Amino acid sequence: MTDKKIPLHKHPHLDEPADDEHKKKIVLVGNPNVGKSLLFNWLSGLYVDVSNFPGTTVEISQGHIGQHILYDTPGIYSVASFNDEECTARDIILDADLVINVVDGVHLERDLFLTIQLIDMGLPVIVALNFMDEVEKEKIKIDVEALETRLNVPVIPISAARKTGLENLVKSIPCARKGAVSETLKHEISDMLNRVGSQPEAVLILEGDVTVAGRHGVPAGIERDRIYLQRRLRVNQIIEQIFQIHSHRSIREWIGRLMIHPVTGIPIVAVVLYLLYQFVGVGIAQYLVGFTEETVGQGVYEPFVRQIIARMAAVNIKADIIHEDHNGHMVTLSSTNFYFPDGTDNDPANYRVLQNYSENGTVIIEYQFYDIWAIFLAGEFGAITMTVTYIFLLLLPLVIGFYFFLSVLEDSGYLPRLATLTDNLLSAIGLNGRAIIPILLGFGCVTMATVSTRLLNTKREKTIATTILNFAIPCSAQLAVITALLARTGGLYVLIFIGILAIALILIGSVLNWTLAGTSSSLLIDLPPMRFPSLDNITRKTIFKSYHFMKEAIPFFFLGSLLVTAMQLTGAMKIWESLFEFITTQWLLLPSESARAFIMGLVRRDFGAAGFLNMDLSASQILTGLVTLTFFVPCIASMIILFKERGSREALLIWFGTWIIAFLIGGILAHILALF
Amino acid sequence: MPLSKAPASKLLKIKSIPDPDVKTQLIRFGITEGTKVKCYHKIPMGPLIIRYYKQEIAIGRKIANSILVELL
Repeated sequence: MTDKKIPLHKHPHLDEPADDEHKKKIVLVGNPNVGKSLLFNWLSGLYVDVSNFPGTTVEISQGHIGQHILYDTPGIYSVASFNDEECTARDIILDADLVINVVDGVHLERDLFLTIQLIDMGLPVIVALNFMDEVEKEKIKIDVEALETRLNVPVIPISAARKTGLENLVKSIPCARKGAVSETLKHEISDMLNRVGSQPEAVLILEGDVTVAGRHGVPAGIERDRIYLQRRLRVNQIIEQIFQIHSHRSIREWIGRLMIHPVTGIPIVAVVLYLLYQFVGVGIAQYLVGFTEETVGQGVYEPFVRQIIARMAAVNIKADIIHEDHNGHMVTLSSTNFYFPDGTDNDPANYRVLQNYSENGTVIIEYQFYDIWAIFLAGEFGAITMTVTYIFLLLLPLVIGFYFFLSVLEDSGYLPRLATLTDNLLSAIGLNGRAIIPILLGFGCVTMATVSTRLLNTKREKTIATTILNFAIPCSAQLAVITALLARTGGLYVLIFIGILAIALILIGSVLNWTLAGTSSSLLIDLPPMRFPSLDNITRKTIFKSYHFMKEAIPFFFLGSLLVTAMQLTGAMKIWESLFEFITTQWLLLPSESARAFIMGLVRRDFGAAGFLNMDLSASQILTGLVTLTFFVPCIASMIILFKERGSREALLIWFGTWIIAFLIGGILAHILALF
Repeated sequence: MPLSKAPASKLLKIKSIPDPDVKTQLIRFGITEGTKVKCYHKIPMGPLIIRYYKQEIAIGRKIANSILVELL
């Protein structure tokens, strides 16, 4: 098992000149956290497309490098098909004309496995040996020339973070070449190559890739274990020759260790959560969204749209002149209705009266539309009024904020350590540490978090995580209102509230863990080194993920608004309201007008809680109302995403389940509180 | 002895990895039967972290129970 020593030609003319004329598909391939996206950003410049690669669900970035197209791929440890991301990466690689394989110089023994697989697949490869700055700092010695010789492809030392060696990498792209295929595999590959006509696919078929084998109608190989093992041995031999490492422990390894040690790790989690709360919960949810949603959306944008619709639609405009009294309360001085059966444009005289009237002081204008189209567009849940405000001025800032924070955690290497630290707790409810990501995201937006449960390994874990999210995790919009209401009740009630949620979360998780068939997967992840994240990369990642989420969720928010308006117009809403009234007054011991809060809660979770803000409630009533509403049904957008992700059976079970749990716990709590 | 019972900060040699998926995943990380690793850190009742070269890998208890190692 020795590699033939072929002298490496460093002339940039390995391909015939004609090849340079047409567009090549250049694909960046590498293990996770090897600085691939940073390199992609540098190579592709400012203009990047985000697209679904045909037939896949994972979105990938695409840019240009000269006349060639450059694709980024999800980080993979080998070309295989264990999950969605790997399948996507595999298909892009199979389609590649040339591969830039990014490897982490510090973790060369791991990364060369993929390199050799790419070489075995017969793809023209150039290796970008990244993190050379860290390699020097860690006093690692890599014999680059010997590595080039063993692999028989160009190896270019770079540092994507320090931007060194990058020009050299670009210049060397034409030197990419097919490398030295493993001796042990040569015969098998050429046999399979004769049957299927493509070396990359031949290798994957030998390694047991069922999909690729199916495409050629040949049985998939059964010797992946042996091939992987031989490849690993070849890597080890190369590493022994070219890689020298001194085992000293650097500061960042020490920091990384503090994060997973419970004694230091738990306070660190507390600090991280506090920062998250300050950044997203206070900074964005309260201050920024307070401005964008209320001032811009409800103050400027929505009145503007309604005014335009009112020009053409039958409308009653109620104008209240208000005044602030000595106690700071708003008092209505006078209220007048102006009716325009054919819109304001068709009755300019009456409109002038309205304008003159409005000049008498501070005016609040309310539009009541009568045409069905106008109600759908600009009514209480209007598709172009409330829904647009909600999506772009409330949800978007929150989603961006959350993804930004998450990207920082991800790129710094903290997230896998957090997963390791919490693995313990999450195992108790049938999840593993990885589930901490959807749970964290849930405090931002449950819809967003439900989408992210895709990263969990088994169907079982996805079900458990989704159920917990939709039952017991309040989203940030809801949290803002909850915080405001709990501020009135005092510390003890806050503790009871958190306690009930925590206990319910554990109980629901445990029950599912006991009752669902099968077993959950166990944690098996690599912990990348702690690194300072690059702002450029985080920004791009944030934009990329936010765009991806919004693109998927926006249609459902519109659908939801149409649905609610339809319920209102058909009178279905009224029937619900009267049904609710009985439950809220008799069972939850809340005032009858709180029935409306639960109706609104069907649409948006924070709407429900916000309904309580204007009511005169005792502390126990606030607690009962908030607990019930938190467990109560997910918002309409979450619900529709839930159907899409988990299927109708599971979605309906969760939906009806929330009704039962919410009113059961709420009622019991109300009656217990009534005893004191 | 199972990896989960191995003492922290000691050099270990991996004897067997019965689960084929875990085996494949560990080969990709660089670890096979016969590889010498260090048990770097154990979280009480939770996962443990093994080290190979500069790489750290977190392994859940259940998997760690199934992997057999010997002390060197």
